[in-house]
Amino acid sequence: MTISLTEFLMLAAILFGLGMAGIIINRKNIIVLLMSIELILLAVNTNFVAFSYFLGNVVGQVFVFFVLTVAAAEAAIGLAILVVLYRRRGTIEVEQLDTLKG
Amino acid sequence: MDQPLILLATIIMLLPLLGAITAGLFGHRIGRNATHCITVSLVAMAFVLSMYLVKVMLLDAHPAIEGTLYTWATAGSVQFDVALLLDRLSTVMLFVVLFISLAVHIYTIGYMADDPGYQRFFSYVSLFTFAMLVLVLANNFLLLFFGWEGVGLVSYLLIGFWFNKESANQGSLKAFLVNRVGDIGFLLAIAAVLMFFGTLNYHAVFTQVPQVVSRSLALFPNYDVPVIALICFLLFIGAMGKSAQVPLHVWLPESMEGPTPISALIHAATMVTAGIYMVARMSPLFEYAPAVLSMILVIGGTTAFFLGLVALVQFDIKRVIAYSTISQLGYMAVALGASAYDAAIFHLMTHAFFKALLFLSAGSVIIAMHHEQDMRKMGGLAVHLPVTYLTFVIGGLALSAIPPFSGFFSKDAIIDAVHLSTLPGAHYAYYCVLFGAFITPLYTFRALFLTFHTRSRVEAKLRGHIHESPWVILIPLVALAIPSVFMGQMLIGPMLFAQPSLLGDSVFVLPEHNVLAQMARSYVGASKMALDAGMHLTFWFAMAGIVMAWMFIAAHPQWTEVLKRRFHWVYALLVRKFGFDDFNHTVFVKGTVELGDVCYEVSDVKLIDGVCVNGSGQAIGWLARTVRYVQTGYLYHYALSMVIGVLVFLLWFIWG
Amino acid sequence: MILHLIFYAYALVAVASAVMVIASRNPVHSVLSLVVTFFAMAAVWMILHAEFLALILLLVYVGAVMTLFLFVVMMISVRQESRRKGFVRYLPFGILIVALIIGLVVIGIGPERFDLSHYPAPLLPGADYNNLTQLGSILYTDYVYPFEIAGVLLLAAIIAAITLAHRGPVQRKVQNPAAQVAVRREDRIRLVNMPVEKK
Repeated sequence: MTISLTEFLMLAAILFGLGMAGIIINRKNIIVLLMSIELILLAVNTNFVAFSYFLGNVVGQVFVFFVLTVAAAEAAIGLAILVVLYRRRGTIEVEQLDTLKG
Repeated sequence: MDQPLILLATIIMLLPLLGAITAGLFGHRIGRNATHCITVSLVAMAFVLSMYLVKVMLLDAHPAIEGTLYTWATAGSVQFDVALLLDRLSTVMLFVVLFISLAVHIYTIGYMADDPGYQRFFSYVSLFTFAMLVLVLANNFLLLFFGWEGVGLVSYLLIGFWFNKESANQGSLKAFLVNRVGDIGFLLAIAAVLMFFGTLNYHAVFTQVPQVVSRSLALFPNYDVPVIALICFLLFIGAMGKSAQVPLHVWLPESMEGPTPISALIHAATMVTAGIYMVARMSPLFEYAPAVLSMILVIGGTTAFFLGLVALVQFDIKRVIAYSTISQLGYMAVALGASAYDAAIFHLMTHAFFKALLFLSAGSVIIAMHHEQDMRKMGGLAVHLPVTYLTFVIGGLALSAIPPFSGFFSKDAIIDAVHLSTLPGAHYAYYCVLFGAFITPLYTFRALFLTFHTRSRVEAKLRGHIHESPWVILIPLVALAIPSVFMGQMLIGPMLFAQPSLLGDSVFVLPEHNVLAQMARSYVGASKMALDAGMHLTFWFAMAGIVMAWMFIAAHPQWTEVLKRRFHWVYALLVRKFGFDDFNHTVFVKGTVELGDVCYEVSDVKLIDGVCVNGSGQAIGWLARTVRYVQTGYLYHYALSMVIGVLVFLLWFIWG
Repeated sequence: MILHLIFYAYALVAVASAVMVIASRNPVHSVLSLVVTFFAMAAVWMILHAEFLALILLLVYVGAVMTLFLFVVMMISVRQESRRKGFVRYLPFGILIVALIIGLVVIGIGPERFDLSHYPAPLLPGADYNNLTQLGSILYTDYVYPFEIAGVLLLAAIIAAITLAHRGPVQRKVQNPAAQVAVRREDRIRLVNMPVEKK
């Protein structure tokens, strides 16, 4: 076992950045937005797992467990909102959802 | 024996208050007759009781007593008491105030008979009597100030009694404001007394004077003012406001807008003399402030002479008497300045009687003329109003200091006293009062001739309706006329020259200022003094005044016109009252208005409305208009801002 | 060395499929790419000896959540032609931002802080080591209350999702015999008093 912590962290960072980019670049589909959030959560979880392993502390994994729970709930509610939104507006294009415009 | 006397004084003091409350709160319920019956009988009761006090305090020479009724507040070592001081001075004042007040109460029944505010008027007059008694009986500065403000308040209410009249409102406001100027001085004086003496009780203050006399206060850098002088100066400013001394006299002529009874009571006999009374009461302080005494001499002399001149060109009968009052108050002030406090109180008493008499007579004329006060529309009234005419003549002779009327003794005493005074300013004051003795009969008899002699200038519709006033008006006139004739010769001996004098140790005079003692050496008795009047300059001055008035008004009225044309600038100056009113109006009234405008335009409109109110609104509006561009409503823009925030934190974390 | 190869292979797959997630024109492809990413990352977690979590990731995420995503994507038909319209326009900006973040993070977690000399790899666990037992013994003792709350949270999520998406019962036209029987004369007839009109 010779893979260093840095390599795991870098992998997580790249995934995080890609998730971020997905949020910024994506203009059309709100579902992809949710998926980008899943990517970011995945990156964070990877960090937890990596530190948990290298510090020999299993609590990090417990935390990942809870994050997964919350993420599942978030995905379920997010998708439900998405469905309702689509029913009312007939679209899920991000560019048309600007009711909050000041 | 002490406490019963204080109790008696308290009862005397509270009886008019009871009358005021009854008339004020229940007047309309109990009706006019009941109102005046109650108030008059209460004041009469107080007057009778005060006669007993006169007997005890003055005739039996009871020593001065003090009594605390109620402790209003205690602050540290200072106690604020409602406490009375009964001594010779306060007894004399008590008697005078109640006598005049009773006369005016009775007179009012006739004078105000048709007025809708009948009960209100009685309430005010009784309230005034109460406040004046508090002022007179107080044994400390705070209660004195209470009475002082009380009479000021009632004066304001009574000047503006006919509140539908614009000029009455103006006059009451003016009286109130001008008195405030004096009251500031008085209040500061009280504060200074509290600061340097640690107490407000007269007796305690006066006993401490020898310790405080050497202290001084650095009012300005490198300029020390003796504490006593400062206190006396401030006290006299208060007295100037109340007693209408130059330049705070401007309110008194305006106060003639009120009904005539209160002109007699408040603005001639009692309230305006409160300042004189106060200075006499504080004589142990003033004696140690010779500089302030000099100032009083100069101001009093100026008031006595120059305001008398103004009376020469007035045509309103009440205003003539009002200016005469100011002038006589100047005489009293001169007597105070010459340390002849007894003479000042003496003149205060005689003046109270004959000036109230003059005012009430003038009121009788005004009633007969159906509220016409312009002397140019009178003339030849002596036939129609014989009793009024007689009393007016008595008042006029007393005012003009013709022996043996009361004014002669008191005024002559003042002129002699100031002649003997050695203080700086005494010479100026002497010549002022001397020539004033010529001016006084001139304007008095000018008014007398214009009103009662000369051919009638009464308006046609009034002719045939002029008749003598009812007995409720004439009784007070007669009651006041008697003391106006005899009081002087009766009292001059005991009041000024007896040992001890009538006021006794109520007033305090330093030996080097004691002019009355010098006069006592040459005093030969009242009747002899009256008979010897012809040897004195003042008598001839007074006679010359009367003769001149007769010549210019009655005998050769056209001479007046000649004089008026020849000395038209003097005339203009007098008509404008030396420009005091113009000055006040230009500087204080206009100045205040301008200042108000500037404040309004700069601070209110621009600063508060412009910057604070509208400015903050506009700023927030502008901010909102600007910031709303950030609110695009697009999710990814919000996300982007979060990302940029994360970026900043990262940069901070790595290079921070 | 072999472990290195395996790690880098999975890492490459994960990154490539993540790029596909955000760059794909078709949302169905995006979902499937995300599934691949999860598979790869589950393998990476295996390397980190988090076997239980790796399996949970597969079972829960790939099995349940991503299926849900797929359902929704297919249920909502999106016009795919216009999807890329803004993509190119914002691409440089996005790349810049992302590159900056990744660069900064990489600088922050560089080898000078987190290499093996700072964080040495732990010893290999013994044969009786059980990740699941380890996790469970902590989860059900120290973290029992957060665990319960997580359960409640999931319940709330279920109720919320159903409430949101539920359309309500279908309305039918049926007779109400009780109301028909209970009706009174006043409910149906109104007598009006009016004057006689002339022709």
